[in-house]
Amino acid sequence: MSGTLGKQSIHEYLAQFDDIPGTRVYTAARARKGYHLNQFAMSLMKPENRTRFKAGERAYLDGWPLTEEQKQAVLARDYNRMLDLGGNVYFLSKLFSTDGLSFAEAVSSMTDMTFEQYKAMMNAGGRSPEGVRSIEQGN
Amino acid sequence: MAKIVAGVASSHVPLLGVAVDQGKTQDDYFKPIFDGYEWTREWEAREKPDVVILVYNDHASFFDMKIIPTFAIGCGERFNICDEGWGPRPVPVVEGHPDLAWHIAQSLILDEFDMTVVNEMDVDHGLTVPMSMMFGQPDKWPVKVVPLAVNVVTYPPPSGNRCWALGEAIKRAVESFPEDLNVQIWGTGGMSHQIQGPRAGLINQEWDNMFLDGLVGDSDALRHIPHIEYLRETGSEGIEMVMWLIMRGALGRQTKALRRFYHVPCSNTAIGHIVLEPA
Repeated sequence: MSGTLGKQSIHEYLAQFDDIPGTRVYTAARARKGYHLNQFAMSLMKPENRTRFKAGERAYLDGWPLTEEQKQAVLARDYNRMLDLGGNVYFLSKLFSTDGLSFAEAVSSMTDMTFEQYKAMMNAGGRSPEGVRSIEQGN
Repeated sequence: MAKIVAGVASSHVPLLGVAVDQGKTQDDYFKPIFDGYEWTREWEAREKPDVVILVYNDHASFFDMKIIPTFAIGCGERFNICDEGWGPRPVPVVEGHPDLAWHIAQSLILDEFDMTVVNEMDVDHGLTVPMSMMFGQPDKWPVKVVPLAVNVVTYPPPSGNRCWALGEAIKRAVESFPEDLNVQIWGTGGMSHQIQGPRAGLINQEWDNMFLDGLVGDSDALRHIPHIEYLRETGSEGIEMVMWLIMRGALGRQTKALRRFYHVPCSNTAIGHIVLEPA
């Protein structure tokens, strides 16, 4: 077997992730913070839970050990805030499916564009990596 | 003796499954993509593989945050289709190959890859979309499947090098299975895409094509790409491409490409597809 075998320090490995503009990497620290937020979102895969959630969002959220901040972010559908509070997009996608949004529409709400502008960008080849690779390098 | 005769890589964008299920594959938006897979659909119909080892990731569909296996191998008789929140896709149940799957699982563990064995598992679009792209809409899938689910959601996912080495070990395991089987290995997911945060929508055609180039021939340079490069260059979800390296590693020292296709966009994602043979 050839190659570099897991010799990197976990501290160095994790530190790099904070240097990527506009991106929240789903690290263990985020996963721990967002455990119940993500498990709440996962619960919406069941139709009976979706019905209960839609009938009373606040009451449904109160049934989960979430922080008030997390509950407010869900009620406001503030996806960037949910990511900051430990949410992961694959889990949160159960929430936007419950709302009847497509992946692309929900994703566009995390950018500074309208859905129409976002779709136009994607159809023109997507967002260029130029200038958004690294905060430190500015490239 | 069983043998890995080919490797296939493909994106697994859920919207492609929707297009198939709702009869929209000939719409203007989707037609170029489905045309791009036409060659492979005909090739698969001629090749008639017995088994596909299908490397994919679950998207918080069957696996939630309770248990996060890095490499999970499906050893059951069959795998039902996940309800991902809007009802299961109307596709046939996926038949497993428990004899081969258990053989691979045992061999990998002896070979120092400590696999998680899963006997009961539902499979999501990560597995079923590539099946639809390669086989269309049959009443029954024409192959048996050994699902191999990789964690690429919670960091750290396995390194590219580890994925490649797992592929090499899968090749050894398959070749020691006594029954004559024509086996393919598929790597799925990618290519560049980011579906979260203000940088969402990132696509890097140049990098994706560099990656496609690197799968062909005798170079093993791709196995050394660190996670941070996938994240910076291909978006946060581009990391799924490490799963393609399991496929590549299982094809041996050298490959040749039979078919290559690339298209932007499908929803938020760059579609990449390649068919390889050991050379």
